[in-house]
Amino acid sequence: MGLEEEAGGSAKILPPTEQELSAELDTKLQKYLRGEGADLEALKDKKLKGQLFVREKLYGNSAKAAAKFEKWLMPSEGGYLEAEGVEKTWRIKQDQLTREVDILSSRNQYDIVLKDLGPYTLDFTPSGRYMATAGRKGHVAIVDMKSMELIREMQVKETVRDIVFLHNESFFAVAQKKYPYIYNRDGIELHCLKEHGAVSRLQFLKNHFLLASINKFGQLRYQDVTTGEMIGNFRTGLGRTETMQINPYNGVVAVGHSAGTVSMWKPTSAAPLVKMLCHHGPISALAFHPNGHLMASCGREKKIKIWDLRKFEVVQTIPGHHAKTLDFSQKGLLAAGTGSYAQVLGDFSGTQNYSRYMGHSIAKGYQIGKVSFRPYEDVLVMGHSMGWSSILIPGSGEPNFDTWVANPFETSEQRREKEIHSLLDKLPPETIMLDPSKIGTLRPYKKREKPTKEEIEAEKEAAVESVKDIALKKKTKGRNKTSKRVMKRKVLIDKAKKPFLEKQMLEEGKVAGKKRNLGEETELPASLKRFVRKKAAV
Amino acid sequence: MKVKVISRSTDEFTRERSQDLQRVFRNFDPKLRPQEKAVEYVRALNAAKLEKIFARPFIGAMDGHIDAISCMAKNPNFLKGIFSGSMDGDIRLWDIASRARGSLSGTKGMTLITLCEIHLMMDAYFTFLYPKLHRTCGLSRKTVCQFPGHQGAVRGLTASTDGSTLISCGTDCTVRIWSVPVAATLESDHASNKPIEANAVYVGKNAYWAVDHQWGGDLFATTGARVEIWNHNRSQPVNTFEWGTDTVISVRFNPGEPNLLATSASDRSIALYDLRMSTPARKLIMQTRTNSIAWNPMEPLNFTTANEDCSCYSYDARKLDEAKCVHKDHVSAVQEIYNLVYPYFSMDIDYSPTGREFVTGSYDRTVRIFPYNGGHSREIYHTKRMQRVFCVKFSSDASYIISGSDDTNLRLWKAKASEQMGVLLPREQKKHEYQEAVKNRYKHLPEVKRIVRHRHLPRPIYKAKELRRMVIDAEKKKEERRKAHSTPGSIVTESVRKRRIIREVE
Repeated sequence: MGLEEEAGGSAKILPPTEQELSAELDTKLQKYLRGEGADLEALKDKKLKGQLFVREKLYGNSAKAAAKFEKWLMPSEGGYLEAEGVEKTWRIKQDQLTREVDILSSRNQYDIVLKDLGPYTLDFTPSGRYMATAGRKGHVAIVDMKSMELIREMQVKETVRDIVFLHNESFFAVAQKKYPYIYNRDGIELHCLKEHGAVSRLQFLKNHFLLASINKFGQLRYQDVTTGEMIGNFRTGLGRTETMQINPYNGVVAVGHSAGTVSMWKPTSAAPLVKMLCHHGPISALAFHPNGHLMASCGREKKIKIWDLRKFEVVQTIPGHHAKTLDFSQKGLLAAGTGSYAQVLGDFSGTQNYSRYMGHSIAKGYQIGKVSFRPYEDVLVMGHSMGWSSILIPGSGEPNFDTWVANPFETSEQRREKEIHSLLDKLPPETIMLDPSKIGTLRPYKKREKPTKEEIEAEKEAAVESVKDIALKKKTKGRNKTSKRVMKRKVLIDKAKKPFLEKQMLEEGKVAGKKRNLGEETELPASLKRFVRKKAAV
Repeated sequence: MKVKVISRSTDEFTRERSQDLQRVFRNFDPKLRPQEKAVEYVRALNAAKLEKIFARPFIGAMDGHIDAISCMAKNPNFLKGIFSGSMDGDIRLWDIASRARGSLSGTKGMTLITLCEIHLMMDAYFTFLYPKLHRTCGLSRKTVCQFPGHQGAVRGLTASTDGSTLISCGTDCTVRIWSVPVAATLESDHASNKPIEANAVYVGKNAYWAVDHQWGGDLFATTGARVEIWNHNRSQPVNTFEWGTDTVISVRFNPGEPNLLATSASDRSIALYDLRMSTPARKLIMQTRTNSIAWNPMEPLNFTTANEDCSCYSYDARKLDEAKCVHKDHVSAVQEIYNLVYPYFSMDIDYSPTGREFVTGSYDRTVRIFPYNGGHSREIYHTKRMQRVFCVKFSSDASYIISGSDDTNLRLWKAKASEQMGVLLPREQKKHEYQEAVKNRYKHLPEVKRIVRHRHLPRPIYKAKELRRMVIDAEKKKEERRKAHSTPGSIVTESVRKRRIIREVE
């Protein structure tokens, strides 16, 4: 309300620069307004209207302040890569970039070759400062990405399938041969999560402190890592599964199955929230856009599909990729790792039409097992069969971090504070739902009434009428007689009536049953009383 | 090819010296905070719970009177001074900021937190002084001085706006004028136990029931058999009003218009007087008696009355035919029996200086705080030892409440039960504001609402409340049935705001 008025007020002619500025601010404003305000005109209650008006004004002002803050006070600007002349961005090689960027950034281009312990998987902390990496043969390492120091390295002497950081870099979970284990940053084993069994994928919901795991047989488990309580244990029942991904927007876990379905789960219901058939063949990779509305999936039929999760529809199909791994960056770039080639796709038109942006091939024969954008940096890290490699993807990361959300320059004291605060703000598992903006709103009051007799009657008649209109097939001679046709229609009509009659019978039966029960309790005539079995004295 | 890559040097984003504050960068992008509504909701829930945990409103009791406390007066010029008068004729000036260690009856149940708060409450300049005060105050540790003289119960106390004069009246038919020891003597060693003598004693014909001083002027009004207006310098009332024959039991001057005053009488009337006219201005007769009146200091045309039917009624002085708001919550199941003993005190009321809320004390042994426009109380205070509350006052900074009760104690409460007292750091302040805001935002959700609304009630009050509810429901049901079985339109339900009003007399 208040905003609209002010927008109207600023309609007077301004010098062009200021006009441009205000237009720019307006577009930024939309982001912070979080949707449209309440329609106050529809309200009759004057008091409520006044209160809401004040509140809307407050929201508008704070959004405006945030937009101005973004315009003027942000310390850094995002990265970009622009081709000039006949150049194409996807033809630009990493060594070309090395020459152009500063030394600090060029340090982010490297290959770590660890031949024997191969294929590597990896995970970042939310701030992008630390990386946990695990080789299939049991090599686990925590690396400080800022100083490029190895914090801890160990050999668990077991098959390792996945590694994931818990709420900060001091704890991580590793999916090992038989069970997942939780270690601290010193490499000390804290827990062996035997209940999970041999899991293939691990994910951590950092707002809820839930560790989600899935094993090969599709058993999905949620464990609260603060209390150790098992929150959910569901059999997906949709076949073998190797991919699991969390939608960061709402905390819903998506699991890709071998039959081409993707199912989405929350820890409080045993049935999936969504089951969608995405591919004709096993799902090999899944990724979610940070805004939560887009999902990318890849199947063995060599197609990447981009889905709109608000409508559950395919937005775009990109053929020719058999990606083993997908990842969205903070700015919405999509990385796909296929064989020894990593392709980065970007949505430059703003119409959710992904086209190629950059590409990078590593040495032939190396198989990329995991691609992951480093948060708050323009870096893509690939875990492959011979170690891991890091490349620069300009424009992939969010340039400005928030100290209170994820701080790449966090001190240990800040980390401790943060841990306490995040524990205080720990969300209950019930807050995981498809539309998280529903929280805090009230469900419109709707009284569910039993249908009246007339309504049931009307429904029945409608059902009968609909059957009457069905055109019967023409049958062969002899079966197409009028009497037969009439009989057939009658059967159809009876069939339509049947559920209603059954329901009616059931209700009447109930009433009759009640009556009978009552009858038993009523007193018998005196002559019959002596036949009644006497109750044993208690 | 044009290229730019995010590159952060550590120097730019960390502090230069270890003595510096850590640098903070903000990015308000909603994308960085997934599920922000859920997080906010959880924070609101936690804030509500923390509020409950920190809700310790009782600060301390002030012990010293030997009979029930019948009236109190704030010192408008001195924040921590309060006068109290008791049924045995004793008047005392208390220093609510000073505090004895250990020995008082009220301190037994106190926690360390409240002790610390008290220390904070007394400002630094005062902290080093208060041990001296202990040694010198012989009577009671918090009494600064006494004003002896009244023979019977002190019924009314009031201080002049400059705080230099105290006026008391009582059932011994006297009005006494005292000069208050100034603030300086309060803190000096001379705060002796030497009793103070009255400057003037005026003897009237009838017992006096209440007194109130004009705002800013030098007039004061006493009530009893009639309303009398006095001047500081005259030994006789300058003006007398009479309307009806019944005793006038309370009086309050309007804070905005110094010549306007409101009284309530035992003939169940509320009357408005204008001193510029020789006759009373308006009168309103209700079904039950009004015990006390308080003007809203911020909207001085509105006043709230504490009625004997356990409710408070807010009126607009210009429009007396309908109450602006009815504030219900007090229960006083045994009121009638007590009324035989103390016929005129069952509820007292005082407005916060902010005008946003007022406090009431009642015979149900509780103190309640109501919003000025809300039908139900936001807070209820009670302790095991507190008996029927005769008088309540909001402190002049709106952060404390003082109650005087039958058990001879004055009690000091926080106006916001969970408020953190003392000087707050800006960060603390911000945190409190944030918590208040999220709580306010999610207050309608069932879980938050349940926690915020919950108050532990003593069993008798809980039972009485239930009983009252039942009675009201039964009456309502009866009326509905009566309405349903009579000619449409023959029975008209009157609104609660009008129901208790009998008529208005000009």
